[in-house]
Amino acid sequence: MSTATTAPVAPEEAQSVAPIVSWTAPIGLGILAVLGTITFGVFSGTKNAAFGLVDTGREASALAAWLAFAVALVAAAWLGYTWYRESRAGGSAARWVPPALAAAVVVFLLAILGVAGVTVITLSAPVIGWLASIAMLAVAGWSVWLAPRGRKLPRWAVAVFAVAFLVGFLVWIVAGGRDATPYISLAGLLAGAVTLAVPLVFGSLSGVLCERSGIVNIAIEGQLLMGAFSAAVGATVTGSVYAGLIAAAVAGALVSLVLAVVSIKYLVNQIIVGVVLNVLVVGLTNFLFSTLLTANPDGLNKPPHLGSIEIPVLADVPLIGPILFRQSLVGYLMYVAVIVVYVGLFHTRWGLRVRAVGEHPQAADTLGVNVNRTRFWNTILGGAVAGIGGSFFTLVAVDAFSKEMSAGRGYIALAALIFGRWNPIGAFLASLLFGFADNLQSVITIIGSPVPSQFMAMLPYVVTVFAVAGLVGRSRPPAMEGIPYVKG
Amino acid sequence: MTEAQQVPETAQAPLPTGPALPTPEGRGQTLLRRIATGTPMVSLLSVVLAIVIGGILMAVTNPKVATAMGYFLARPSDAITEIFRPYAALVQGSIYNWQGADLAAQLYPLAETLTVSTPLIFAGLGVALAFRAGLFNIGAQGQLIFGALFGAYVGFTWHLPIGLHLLVVILAGIVGGGIWGGIVGFLKARTGAHEVIVTIMFNYVASFLLLFLLTTPAFQRKGSTNPISPFLDQNALFPELLGPQFRLHAGFILAILVTWGVWWIVNRSTVGFEFRAVGANPNAARTAGVNVGRATVLVMALAGALAGLSGIAQVSGTEKYLSAGVAASIGFDAITVALLGRSTPWGTFFAGLLFGAFRAGGVAMQAVTQTPIDIVLVIQSLIVLFIAAPPLVRAVFGLNPRKPKSKATKRSAQSGAAA
Repeated sequence: MSTATTAPVAPEEAQSVAPIVSWTAPIGLGILAVLGTITFGVFSGTKNAAFGLVDTGREASALAAWLAFAVALVAAAWLGYTWYRESRAGGSAARWVPPALAAAVVVFLLAILGVAGVTVITLSAPVIGWLASIAMLAVAGWSVWLAPRGRKLPRWAVAVFAVAFLVGFLVWIVAGGRDATPYISLAGLLAGAVTLAVPLVFGSLSGVLCERSGIVNIAIEGQLLMGAFSAAVGATVTGSVYAGLIAAAVAGALVSLVLAVVSIKYLVNQIIVGVVLNVLVVGLTNFLFSTLLTANPDGLNKPPHLGSIEIPVLADVPLIGPILFRQSLVGYLMYVAVIVVYVGLFHTRWGLRVRAVGEHPQAADTLGVNVNRTRFWNTILGGAVAGIGGSFFTLVAVDAFSKEMSAGRGYIALAALIFGRWNPIGAFLASLLFGFADNLQSVITIIGSPVPSQFMAMLPYVVTVFAVAGLVGRSRPPAMEGIPYVKG
Repeated sequence: MTEAQQVPETAQAPLPTGPALPTPEGRGQTLLRRIATGTPMVSLLSVVLAIVIGGILMAVTNPKVATAMGYFLARPSDAITEIFRPYAALVQGSIYNWQGADLAAQLYPLAETLTVSTPLIFAGLGVALAFRAGLFNIGAQGQLIFGALFGAYVGFTWHLPIGLHLLVVILAGIVGGGIWGGIVGFLKARTGAHEVIVTIMFNYVASFLLLFLLTTPAFQRKGSTNPISPFLDQNALFPELLGPQFRLHAGFILAILVTWGVWWIVNRSTVGFEFRAVGANPNAARTAGVNVGRATVLVMALAGALAGLSGIAQVSGTEKYLSAGVAASIGFDAITVALLGRSTPWGTFFAGLLFGAFRAGGVAMQAVTQTPIDIVLVIQSLIVLFIAAPPLVRAVFGLNPRKPKSKATKRSAQSGAAA
């Protein structure tokens, strides 16, 4: 099961001889940059693409725009000053400062648009396409220049590449629509992306919790599906959405319980158990749906809807308002869960122990951590988290359970976990990206597109293959993942 | 190749161990216990346990059982009949139909079981072969689709003489599946990308590609708006074995031959030895001179080719054309088939037959007793879960040795590793 051992050159061996010359990143970026230049630049056409900034059917709120403007300005100024002060003092700023500053600047620019009353931006496909192409080619060229010197691209350059690719792609694909000036609502696109990402985020957080402690969780799909089923039944029977949420968490934890008992107590291969559990849950929920739920849909499968809770004023901030401040309870729980898991894993004693158990169980055991108990409870906790994510399907998205309604999202969550490098924040961002791709696909199908929708649907999976193949930087799993710990 | 033959004995793959060493207990009791706790017994008990649980599930959800239970003491036969009715229908639909008018009708279920088993066996062999080299091939689904894609295209666009055409179609399926599996092996060997993740992703890529191609003029049937391909040429189809009233085709004979072939590769060939060595311990295999990267690519390509054959069994045998549902859930069932067969070729063959019987019987059961076919999935997955954890099954039946607790854990570790 060890991935490193079969790689032709183990990094540790090469390190002692010479600086690592890795050509994977330059080759990957080079291919992407050339492909991007050809499609976004050469074949850009001459059309414009229009992006709506405000939700259709809603008036732009001047108050919210001014508020966002002020907050973003203050935040950007403070962050910029922090960064400047830290670098003047000789050290480098904390890792979160540069990305936070970039986010604040983006929000600030958006707020200016909002204050100026701009509701639609129209961009020229060839201009944006060539700008994005030049940026991508420049980063790829730099990466080629750095590679023989054994150095890697700085993170911000990779980020610039990703943003250039994303913007170029978005403008190109929208400009390829049927109309003379194709239009999409950027606000709707982003809000929908976050909505679609909710179960993915919960699923990948479940993966983070299990895998950081050394248990491979292929059963995310099963946990989501069981959560969806139990939420529907629980909420219908009790008539309370909160009982549905609890039922979902318990159901997810039960799936995890089987995974934990069979793999920790009986030492069965965790991947096998995960795969089998997914089949079991599909069979079980399908069977119960076809028998009990179909026989009595009103009594068992008519859960109350979990509506979205709107925070006044803030929800009207252009673009980010609906994403952050107009969510269902499950949506808000998602943000809370990401932060809690991140802080818990990386800034508490508990998290340190969990990670130690995943990386080096012998050492953790020697220092008095009960390895198998930690793994057991982490797996249970992960299952509960994924179960809550599953409740999203039946309590928020659709108001009834239907067969196999998780539709492979658990596997995408697994991909997001790997793409996000086993880090809660990374998994969150990767889930957002996949949700974005998913939503973009359905939006693009409506306006007509040069790319067949099947290829758009393929995108997250292809990106994941690139990610695990190391073209986007190596994604390293916890060292002792999937290996049972037997004391002695 | 020659270096591999000099591999020292220590690199030999630790295959599933036979009966446990005799314990200092009484001799007669040891023998009894060995029979009761041995691997075949555990497999049998797993099947029994899964069927019992499935039966309970069906009984609980069946309103007729509840009604009959109301007067259970007055007439218990009603409730008992109702509980066993689905399983009777299952047997009737998969093995022997005692209500059939003539011999053909009576044996039709058996022929149907063999037909349904054929693609399961091929795909199961693909998963099992990769298991032997320590690789989890979750991607039989995608490899099957690629095999079916290549085979079907050759089958309905080319027009070759009888005999040759079928051969070319089979080869195309092998190439298609082999490429799709081989890429996974290549990525694993060159970059260390985990094959579980890559194969899961490749399943989706393959099915979306299939959906796309079935809307292009090259693949879509003329005059049809549905995403289905034209029928394959008559020459490209497997001959029917028992005449036109049965669906059973020569693909089943091919499955038997291929199972023997895989057995030969695994147990008798140098390549197979390398696969097992890599599966047992890649580091030891490398030290002994096995080219681990090459073995990884080769075993994944072979596994893909086997799954590709499964696709051929679908398009050239059962379905006769390519549709979006060509793979059904065969690729995923194949994983459970290989696990139940403990990754040995003949074990996989018989596991394929069993699951084929479940599937064929499940369809009949759904028609006769309105029991949803999904119960079959529950039973299948429970069987695999129990078989993977022998101590669990022994605990349920009270067969665990009382005192030496450590032995049971150790043995389960071995079987877990071997599975």
